[in-house]
Amino acid sequence: MNHKIYIQDVTLRDGMHAIRHQYSKEQIQSIALALDKAKVDAIEISHGDGLAGGSFNYGFGAHTDWEWLEGMKDQLQHAKLTTLVLPGIATIHDLKKARDLGVESVRIATHCTEADIAPQHIEAAKKLGMDVGGFLMMSHMNKPVKLAQQAKIMEDAGADCIYVTDSAGALLMDGVADRIKAFKDVLKPETEIGIHCHHNLSLGVANTIVAMQHGANRLDASLAGMGAGAGNAPLEVLVAVLNKMHISHNSDVYQLMDAADDLIRPLQLRPVRVDRETLSLGYAGVYSSFLLHSERAAQKYGLDTREILEELGKRNMVGGQEDMIVDVALDMLRSKNEA
Amino acid sequence: MIKIIRLSETLEVAVLVGIDPESDGLARARRMGIETCHTGVDGLIEMPEWKEIKIIFDATSARAHQYNWKKIQAFPDKKMIDLTPAAIGPYLVPTVNLNEHLNVPNLNMVTCGGQATIPIVAAVNQVAKVHYGEIVASIASKSAGPGTRANIDEFTETTSKAIEDVGGATRGKAIIVLNPAEPPLVMRDTVFTLSKLGDREAIRRSIHKMVQDVKAYVPGYELHQEVQFEEIPESNPVFIEGLGHCHGLKTTVLLKVEGAGHYLPAYAGNLDIMTSAARATAEQVIA
Repeated sequence: MNHKIYIQDVTLRDGMHAIRHQYSKEQIQSIALALDKAKVDAIEISHGDGLAGGSFNYGFGAHTDWEWLEGMKDQLQHAKLTTLVLPGIATIHDLKKARDLGVESVRIATHCTEADIAPQHIEAAKKLGMDVGGFLMMSHMNKPVKLAQQAKIMEDAGADCIYVTDSAGALLMDGVADRIKAFKDVLKPETEIGIHCHHNLSLGVANTIVAMQHGANRLDASLAGMGAGAGNAPLEVLVAVLNKMHISHNSDVYQLMDAADDLIRPLQLRPVRVDRETLSLGYAGVYSSFLLHSERAAQKYGLDTREILEELGKRNMVGGQEDMIVDVALDMLRSKNEA
Repeated sequence: MIKIIRLSETLEVAVLVGIDPESDGLARARRMGIETCHTGVDGLIEMPEWKEIKIIFDATSARAHQYNWKKIQAFPDKKMIDLTPAAIGPYLVPTVNLNEHLNVPNLNMVTCGGQATIPIVAAVNQVAKVHYGEIVASIASKSAGPGTRANIDEFTETTSKAIEDVGGATRGKAIIVLNPAEPPLVMRDTVFTLSKLGDREAIRRSIHKMVQDVKAYVPGYELHQEVQFEEIPESNPVFIEGLGHCHGLKTTVLLKVEGAGHYLPAYAGNLDIMTSAARATAEQVIA
């Protein structure tokens, strides 16, 4: 079954990580309207760690999710309003609240081995009449066949689409291809397959294209790559590549280029790019959202960011364990002082 | 069961109740010479041992607990300690509010993350009013059973509410993360509080004392790092849902909970702290 290419923008969700969840209501609105005008298919809005992510652990937002979402639905002409839920952080109550604010589609995200904490949320979202994606984070940490078994759990619960989510930007092109192929082997033909990349090894666009060539049709990207770590697949670049490949889609490349440079780049507190720190995320296979938290801990305790990131990788920390960054920093400080 | 047999001087295990005659737990009890019953609460109340029984621990599920409590409620001389998220009775954390509820017939043990962290929230609150208490529980995937996985919202919602009701925070928030690393990682819990600016040394002492109090019934409970403080100034406040812009003292407490390894492996501190808290509660209730 051939599904139509569906481009989901994550500038206003994953991009939150790059500005410590500090988008103003006006910024959310102007960026969402520019994306809508350029005809992306879906726009995801929430705290970077999903609904209810505002916390000491992940950083408090400039607004609540409800403030960010409120009124957006009525202003979008083309794009679906979507959001993100991480079971263990957000609850079905939060999901219902988002639905009441006009959110039509949601991704339910779990670590790549823990899909069985998602069925309750997937079923609840379906009952609310929403389009539902299952989002298997840190996909590089699970082998293709096992990852596909996790995808099946989400499909059985009712998800319309399952994503290979390369949260650490650590997958190479073969790794993406093998995972999408494994999904194809076990999922029903009507279930869509999605890809969410991080650009830490500069493979954001390439990996997205590889995924598409193996059957993924829902592609995540963000303006100027605005996202955790070295960012996501840059949306304007992805769309330019799709155009050159003569792949049919709805988005306008020039409007996206303008939005990326005029609206997004001026907001980046820290340039979103591949550099020593963000490359280390992809190289060590560490959750991209750990970046700013690790940089802050490094500064506070006089340590090296890259060493903190590498240690987090060695300890097999998964998404959501931001509290362990300070723990690792204090352990490193202690061994440094003892040496 | 094993904790009570090995450690308790005042409690005696009368019957282990299950619903699967083939279960590993019931087989183990039989080998240890403990009476067993595989027909649930209905079978239990028909047993000759029933009239001697004072306390029933319920580690089934929220739904099963409601059924069990309906049956047991009819016996006013019995007390139930509820280890499920049903929370029919008040939340109980032994080091914080046991004395308030000694005569209540049904006590709820909150959640594993709640037992590990609420004492710390309360310890800060004893010195400086806690506006906001947030906890992050990281548990090994292997120690999270199908019940926990199918009802993960119950963990976040029950724990958040108990951070407020028992811990004393104006607003509570709970986060749970499952980590599948092999070998499994020992349970970690982190507590963040935002309180009024208070005497840091007094807060630190209060937390250390509380850790010792919990350690008395959960030997593997410890502070993994020294308490961390940071002032959130009025000029650069944090925006907390439900509270608005807040400032004050941020206190971070990084805990580690290792299980005793009695029946469950040592990494499963989350399960150990629940059974240990239930044992400590039962000992006080009958004392």
